[in-house]
Amino acid sequence: MKTYAIYLAKRLLQFVLVVFIGINLTYVISHATPIDPVEQTISALTSFGNTSPEAIETMRESLRELYGMSGTPVEQYLSFWSRIVVGDFGPSLSAFPTPVSELILRALPWTIGLLVVATVLAWLLGNLLGGLAGYYRKNRLLKAMGLIAMGLHPMPYYVVAFVLLVVFGFMWPVLPISGGSGIGVDRGFSFDFVYSVFLHSLLPALSLVLVGLGGWFLGMRALVSNIVTEDYVVYAELGGVDRRRILGSYVMRNALVPQVTGLAMSLGAIFTGAIITEEVFGYPGIGSLLVDAVHAGDYSLVLGITSVSIVAVSLAVLVIDLLYPLLDPRVQVE
Amino acid sequence: MLKIFRDLLRFNLEFAIGTLIVSIIVGLSVLSFFSPYPPEDIYVVAPDVPPSWEYWLGTTSRGQDVFWQMTAALRNTLLFGIAVAAISRVISLTIGLVSGYMGGMTDRVLMSINDTFIIIPLFPILVLFYFVMRDSMSWALLALIMAALGWAYDARLIRSVAMSLRTREFTSQCIFSGMSPRQIMTREHLPYVLPIVFSTTLNNMNWSIGMEVTLSVLGFTDINTPTIGSMLYWANQHTALVAGVWWWIALPVIAVMMLFIGLYLLATALNEYIDPRSRLSRMGGAA
Repeated sequence: MKTYAIYLAKRLLQFVLVVFIGINLTYVISHATPIDPVEQTISALTSFGNTSPEAIETMRESLRELYGMSGTPVEQYLSFWSRIVVGDFGPSLSAFPTPVSELILRALPWTIGLLVVATVLAWLLGNLLGGLAGYYRKNRLLKAMGLIAMGLHPMPYYVVAFVLLVVFGFMWPVLPISGGSGIGVDRGFSFDFVYSVFLHSLLPALSLVLVGLGGWFLGMRALVSNIVTEDYVVYAELGGVDRRRILGSYVMRNALVPQVTGLAMSLGAIFTGAIITEEVFGYPGIGSLLVDAVHAGDYSLVLGITSVSIVAVSLAVLVIDLLYPLLDPRVQVE
Repeated sequence: MLKIFRDLLRFNLEFAIGTLIVSIIVGLSVLSFFSPYPPEDIYVVAPDVPPSWEYWLGTTSRGQDVFWQMTAALRNTLLFGIAVAAISRVISLTIGLVSGYMGGMTDRVLMSINDTFIIIPLFPILVLFYFVMRDSMSWALLALIMAALGWAYDARLIRSVAMSLRTREFTSQCIFSGMSPRQIMTREHLPYVLPIVFSTTLNNMNWSIGMEVTLSVLGFTDINTPTIGSMLYWANQHTALVAGVWWWIALPVIAVMMLFIGLYLLATALNEYIDPRSRLSRMGGAA
């Protein structure tokens, strides 16, 4: 139990460090650049007509206050952190006066839903098929799948999503290619709504699964084909243990351990992929919100989304890390 | 060196295909120097001409020849990938070698920072960076920031090799003969990790090019420099698919997909060559 406590403390420390460095990174990027977001916003606001100099001065003052740019650098830094801690990023400029946190909270369930389903699906399928491919090396079908995985794995999310969009949007239009649910469907817990959400999520989820699958498949195949040559597997085979049991409990079980670590490590990249995919399919999640915010010049929204993404991803990694000892008992024993 | 290359070409199918694809792409990008039109200029040829004898791959709605535009785009995209890879290699080599050789507290601190950079979702940060830089965002600046963010995964890999090198006898001998840690790392350990550095370079190029394409397509880079991403951006802006100008979108997408597959195949073939276990199994020895 004591070793588990140490493990827990280490993971928590890592979580704090990720949030700390990540948030500092956003602070440095948003404050140390030569471009002043306040002046940018003012020039965007005043480009539609004449505004009196006094009004601009008032505007500058309140924007400085709003963006946390008033006071000395130390004060700015502290106020930046205090906003993050309570999750208050001020009002959104493009959807004034809706608070940024409300916009993010509205978009977050879509992203999390899409991300969880696609990641779990890709991880399970990739590991299962990869494990089979590593164990039954002569199987033609699994070999062919290996080739496909090799071709898909290096593709960036955007390209795969875009190709799917072209195929299912223009060449064979059977699936909805944009939005989170049908336009005429009431947003309630009815069959129509759930079905519509499911249909709309198919293409974004498919593109995430396609890209993710390849990596897990190749990784698992390599791990399994190494483990198969280990003495204890050969011994089990000679002892006449059922082959399915060897594969399931002896080989895959051991190979899964690094794959879980891999999942924690690549969650940030998968999250990036999800928000890119959302933008391609116009899915109403964090990704679309972020891109719209940039186009609308909404400083507080962009900053809010970046900070929330960092905290959310590191939280998810922490959860995976905390579940890890269930799979690898050595963590508790050592 | 040359002999290894020849043998890999002859006996490793993945390496041969990868080399073929990458050399075609490099060849195309070299051709960009002989382009009859300056790549940044628009309306130099008749717009929206389908592929024909005069314009092999058709022309864009902006009056550019798709073939020549693509050669320039591939050149810039490749250069971008090489620039990011080169800068980030310096960081990941330094961190990886120091962390692996020093061990102890140094290792723990460096690896915590390293893991942080692996976990942090980079896309929102890059978007934030574009958002504050706006028009001052340039090709070189993007390469710099991507290199500063994308070194962590490879540093971990280099560290794992450096750690095993530290326990080898020649390292002890170096220490006893009075070499400084810096000398040991640069003169003795660096040559051992170079093959891995080479294969991670190819994967890192894939990553940075993919990111550049994504950011450009969304319009979050300097879209006036022709790259594969900015080419797709302009095609989307002119709704090329709806307008039926499919060659403007299909050809850059195919080119960049080939580039990804080519680089990836080279990287896996090299990895396999470096790993003695897989080399044995290829020779038909073990397993």
